[in-house]
Amino acid sequence: MELTGAEIIMKVLKEEEVDAIFGYPGGAVLDIYDALAKTDLRHFFVRHEQGAVHAADSYARATQKVGVALVTSGPGATNAVTGIASANSDSIPMVVITGQVSSALIGNDAFQEVDIVGITRPCTKHNYLVKDIKKLAKTLREAFHIARTGRPGPVLVDIPKDVTIAKTEWVERDLLKMRSFNPTYKPNKKQLCKVIDLIKEAKKPVIFAGGGAIISGASEELTKFAQATNIPVTGSLMGLGSFPGTDPLWLGMLGMHGTYRANMAISECDLLIAIGVRFDDRVTGKTDEFAQNAQVVQIDIDPTSIQKNVPVKIPVVGDCNLALQYLNVKIDEEEDKASLNGINKDEWLQKISDWKSTTPLKYDHNGQIKPQYVIEKLHEFTDGDAIITTEVGQNQMWAAQYYHFNKPHHFITSGGLGVMGFGLPAAIGAQVGCPDKMVVDIAGDGSIQMNIQEMATAVQYGLPVKIVILNNRYLGMVRQWQELFYDGVYSSTTLDHNPDFVKLAEAYGAKGLRAETTDQVEAVLKEGLETKGPVIMEFVVEREENVYPMVPAGKAITQMLLV
Amino acid sequence: MEEKHILSILVDNEPGVLSRIAGLFSGRGYNIDSLSVAETIEPDISRITMITTADRVIIEQIKKQLHKLINVIKVYDLTDQKYVQRELALIKVHAKSENRAEILRIVDIFRSKVVDVGIDHFTIEISASIEKLEAFLMLLKPMGIMEIVRTGSVVIGRNNLKD
Ligand SMILES: Cc1ncc(C[n+]2csc(CCOP(=O)(O)OP(=O)(O)O)c2C)c(N)n1
Ligand SMILES: [Mg+2]
Repeated sequence: MELTGAEIIMKVLKEEEVDAIFGYPGGAVLDIYDALAKTDLRHFFVRHEQGAVHAADSYARATQKVGVALVTSGPGATNAVTGIASANSDSIPMVVITGQVSSALIGNDAFQEVDIVGITRPCTKHNYLVKDIKKLAKTLREAFHIARTGRPGPVLVDIPKDVTIAKTEWVERDLLKMRSFNPTYKPNKKQLCKVIDLIKEAKKPVIFAGGGAIISGASEELTKFAQATNIPVTGSLMGLGSFPGTDPLWLGMLGMHGTYRANMAISECDLLIAIGVRFDDRVTGKTDEFAQNAQVVQIDIDPTSIQKNVPVKIPVVGDCNLALQYLNVKIDEEEDKASLNGINKDEWLQKISDWKSTTPLKYDHNGQIKPQYVIEKLHEFTDGDAIITTEVGQNQMWAAQYYHFNKPHHFITSGGLGVMGFGLPAAIGAQVGCPDKMVVDIAGDGSIQMNIQEMATAVQYGLPVKIVILNNRYLGMVRQWQELFYDGVYSSTTLDHNPDFVKLAEAYGAKGLRAETTDQVEAVLKEGLETKGPVIMEFVVEREENVYPMVPAGKAITQMLLV
Repeated sequence: MEEKHILSILVDNEPGVLSRIAGLFSGRGYNIDSLSVAETIEPDISRITMITTADRVIIEQIKKQLHKLINVIKVYDLTDQKYVQRELALIKVHAKSENRAEILRIVDIFRSKVVDVGIDHFTIEISASIEKLEAFLMLLKPMGIMEIVRTGSVVIGRNNLKD
């Protein structure tokens, strides 16, 4: 059967069981859009290509499937770059299809031509330019395979317009073999046995879980492992939800805005079991002093993450979930259970509990609406069960600190790249993937304006996303740095010309609500969350509230500024 | 401590692969001392021979990062193995009448050859190990070297390659 390139794209998407695409049309993808209209694939027409990519990213995180975005050549493709780079930093499985000018024009500086393969080479897991229609199906299949296999990541496939129009014989799927791509899933058992030995010796162990624990679906095994060994758990921003945030063994997030007890525990621990983390500088602070008393075990599917920033005693390359499964089997088989679940840990757990009671996460309740209070109330009103997306800045950190995530795949944030404007399109993507879930974007007044146009998408498709704007009339996080480290010179961080967010919501055909005093918070949240369609809830919060604890950049993580 | 490492890298023979490798090095601030690329006996596979200098931890990262590139099939580090290394150079050197005999003697000792002769210069072709090539250049320098073109090292393991 002869098919056009555009039809082949549709067939491969079907084959890959794609059920939603996020995209924006243009000249180079006209034929693809024409073919798309003749399928039952759900396409979500966003209002900016960056929105399409963030939505696909978040859809992937909420559903554990590969996200798909479709954009046109030139400006469509360059608009997608930020989203691609963010997904690359956060290891999100995604396929981005970009249209390209016709093969004959490539290299001629044609209208709407950019070398998007060149531009995105350093911020994709892999990318392709398909010059020959005979290779189209195979390339797309490879793209999906690469995106989801090993450490996931975005793969871009650039398709010239003539390739979408040309016809070729459809070739059924064959076994996909790639000689140069075979990630190691099975961890080395000998290495893992050494981990068991270290646990027996350790007096002050800590588990540190990251995005890898979530991506590999390891939450259940992780929880079992920590509880069986009685080892306290901390997490990176990307690791929130991998271990229940209300479990007594949970230390809270670590790092720049980590809890006092998490950062102290890392500094004092004698064994650090790192699972699916890459020791980002926002986590380690000054690396020389990070976990300097600990023997470090690092489990990761990506060998380049191991030993990159922190010296590692026992490296384990492999899938986090498989590694934890094996460790749990070993623990079950152990006859001397007490040697593992730690009679010798009482003192350690006591110390941690003392840190928690003397220096908990806290804020001062006086004055105007406290942003932390809004998040606590949101947690209460949603039973801690909502999917939370965030923008970037203080709003993101307060969401991380005060929403106490109990389940994986419920916290969706641009962690590695920190993209303002991520939260709203991300909420849309998550809502498309999980129509029955409550999805809330915790936003800042600055960030929300970076992709506010996606309100139209939410309204068009009746996606009932809830947007909580913590309006401090500042680029709050940058202002906080200026206050603390730049003598309070608020250079270009004041937002005195914000739109009226309630009217803005209404202009898009959504609902807008505002709370200006603490006693209005509950009513606004209640009404907002109970409303069927998309809602913007604006909370006029204490302007100069800061995120604490805070470790100044480059300092050891024990050197925290506290409330 | 910085170390010089010789890497032999098998890659897909496809457009853009060299750019991925060069991009990896420039993006992460790694150093390329020399680089040579050509097809292997399998036409869809190319071999890149690269010499890079960095401390041990970075060298490990470089190898892992290279391996992570989808188009990289295998990365061999030949540094601690037995190998034969050669580099080809074309050298244009001043050859005044009083120096000609001396130059020819050096050429002879190094088993290189004169491949082009001009009124006042010779062009010499030499294939040698790095050390020998450096020594050769040192001897020719006083005569006045006008131009040098070097290929970068090619290296082959004496035994079957180990990872
Ligand atoms: C696209 C982009 N530009 C700039 C920044 C730098 N930045 C980080 S946080 C921040 C302030 C965010 O302000 P707002 O959304 O109001 O959040 P707040 O910190 O006030 O909660 C800025 C400008 C960024 N992260 N992303
Ligand atoms: Mg703000």
